[in-house]
Amino acid sequence: MEFTFAMSVGVLTTAGIYLMLRAQTFPVILGLTLLSYAVNLFLFASGRLTVNGAAIVGHSQAYADPLPQALVLTAIVIGFAMTAFVLILAIRARSDLGNDHVDGRELPPERSAMEDALANRIEKNQARQNRSRKKPANHQQAQQNNVKRKPT
Amino acid sequence: MLQHLPVLPLLIPLLAGVLMLMPPIAGTLQRQRVFGTLAALLQLLATITLLWQVNQHGPIVYAMGEWQPPFGIVLVADRLATLMSVLTALLLLCVQLFSCAGEDQKGKFLHPLLMFQALGIQGAFLTGDLFNLFVFFEVLLIASYALLIHGGGPQKTLANVHYVTLNLAGSALFLFALGIMYGTFGTLNMADMQLRAAHIVKSDVQLAESGAMLLLVVFGLKSAMMPLHFWMPKAYSVAPAPVAALFAIMTKVGIYSLWRVHSTIFGDGAGELANIAQPWLWPLAWLTIVIGIIATLASKTLRELTANMVIVSVGSLLLMVTLNTREATASALYYLIHSTLATALMFLVAGLIVSQRGKAEDRFVQARPVAQPALLGLLFMLAALALIGMPPISGFIGKALMLKAALASHQAGWIWPPILLASLAALLMLARSGSTLFWRTRGENAGEVKVHPAQLTAVCLLVITLPLMVVFAGWITEYTQAAAQDMTRSLSVPLRIPGDTDA
Repeated sequence: MEFTFAMSVGVLTTAGIYLMLRAQTFPVILGLTLLSYAVNLFLFASGRLTVNGAAIVGHSQAYADPLPQALVLTAIVIGFAMTAFVLILAIRARSDLGNDHVDGRELPPERSAMEDALANRIEKNQARQNRSRKKPANHQQAQQNNVKRKPT
Repeated sequence: MLQHLPVLPLLIPLLAGVLMLMPPIAGTLQRQRVFGTLAALLQLLATITLLWQVNQHGPIVYAMGEWQPPFGIVLVADRLATLMSVLTALLLLCVQLFSCAGEDQKGKFLHPLLMFQALGIQGAFLTGDLFNLFVFFEVLLIASYALLIHGGGPQKTLANVHYVTLNLAGSALFLFALGIMYGTFGTLNMADMQLRAAHIVKSDVQLAESGAMLLLVVFGLKSAMMPLHFWMPKAYSVAPAPVAALFAIMTKVGIYSLWRVHSTIFGDGAGELANIAQPWLWPLAWLTIVIGIIATLASKTLRELTANMVIVSVGSLLLMVTLNTREATASALYYLIHSTLATALMFLVAGLIVSQRGKAEDRFVQARPVAQPALLGLLFMLAALALIGMPPISGFIGKALMLKAALASHQAGWIWPPILLASLAALLMLARSGSTLFWRTRGENAGEVKVHPAQLTAVCLLVITLPLMVVFAGWITEYTQAAAQDMTRSLSVPLRIPGDTDA
């Protein structure tokens, strides 16, 4: 049980920190939420894990430490209020700043490697076409210039 | 009545804040202003009485709801806590007065929020329980989130997004640390933890160490320690003037917590855990000052400059926390009071300058002159002298005391240069900014915005405290010496464990 418990705290924390490092406010908030879940589980375990134990002495053979449960309750309430606040703030930031980047500026859209390769090829093609088109164009222009100059 | 004195600094702002949200007082702004100012005055009186009591009769331990420690939550009013408490109340009064002059019309609920912020700060100073410290941190933070965005605007929103996100992450780390602490110590009462620190089970020592390090990160974030200070100049420079002035004490809450946790619980008597934060704090404190100096030199507005000077003062205080001798703590306490008041004063003066300079606000550019150059210039000069630490004002004594404490501990070679260089940088920048703000002018000021009497009262109140700190320097240093002495032996706080009382 300890292993499962520790793993779930670890996975939640990892996912939370990963999401917190993203550039958009919404994933950041999700990350904060996951992190607060991880914290709540962790606090719960700080009084050691007890199976089949009530938090009141005398009601069962073993008893669980009641204090961490009280702490978790407080932490959940505070975390809930803070998450509500940060959500509203994020919506406000979205409307005030015009985008949901954490630094308040637009990002260029992300491209995958394949899109990159495609875009590269398109650019190259266009460049080649331009070069092949330019030559006659220049030639014509030069001729036109010559034509124009002649009468003067 | 008198035995409930330690809880009054919490109850007064709590009740005042709640009452202000209810009909008879919430009705008009005028009522809120009068009520808020009265509550702030009452709070100041209560904290001063508490200070006097504690100074006469020693620390008071107040068990909330008669639940005895270490399971119940206690408030511990010792000399250090009450001193910070008086400082908070004084600052609240000035800020409350200042915001009566129109700042409270820019958004809703400024006065109640100021009260809740004061509640959180007072609670953080007076509590004797580590989890309760977390709760009060959250109370002061949620009030500060709302205060920072007071008045609205994209700048404030952006700064607030960073501030809120960072502090939420900080809170999560705090809770992790608390879980570790409870798991290893079996208690969260600070006095009890100090007793048990030396007797931690061998296999748990490393765990406790990691918990202490997490707490260092959390308090470093609150106090704007070097790698964790990036949120700070932005947040402080966009906040409304009275809010920024009240925030001047928020970084000090972090310093105070470091004293309580890393100097006391993990102090010299903690066995294997003794002074574990020291090797980290040394370079970080030193670098904080250096970064602060560089940022000071690069500041573009007066508010940013002041915020960066807060970083410098935090660095100086951190150095003193690291020294952890009685003299160092005593001198740091004196400097802490001074720097809080001086910073608050500078933020308020910057607010006045912003309101009179039109679009240029407080940027260091040529712009129209302020409407009252003589008054604002004088106030600016006084605040600048205080921040630099020039002789006639209290900053000089604070810095001299810190330098002397460093000399006694044979670390002067490391500590003197950054502190002295910081003063030089402050002198340079404040002289430059003052001459730009007041002398490099263009055009005329129509003079429609004047300093409001309430603003003037608030600023004068802060100005008066600075020379008073010089006049009563002897008394204050005696008090801070005693407070530092108390801190090293806060073991004397009586712990009545229910089972033990019969024996």
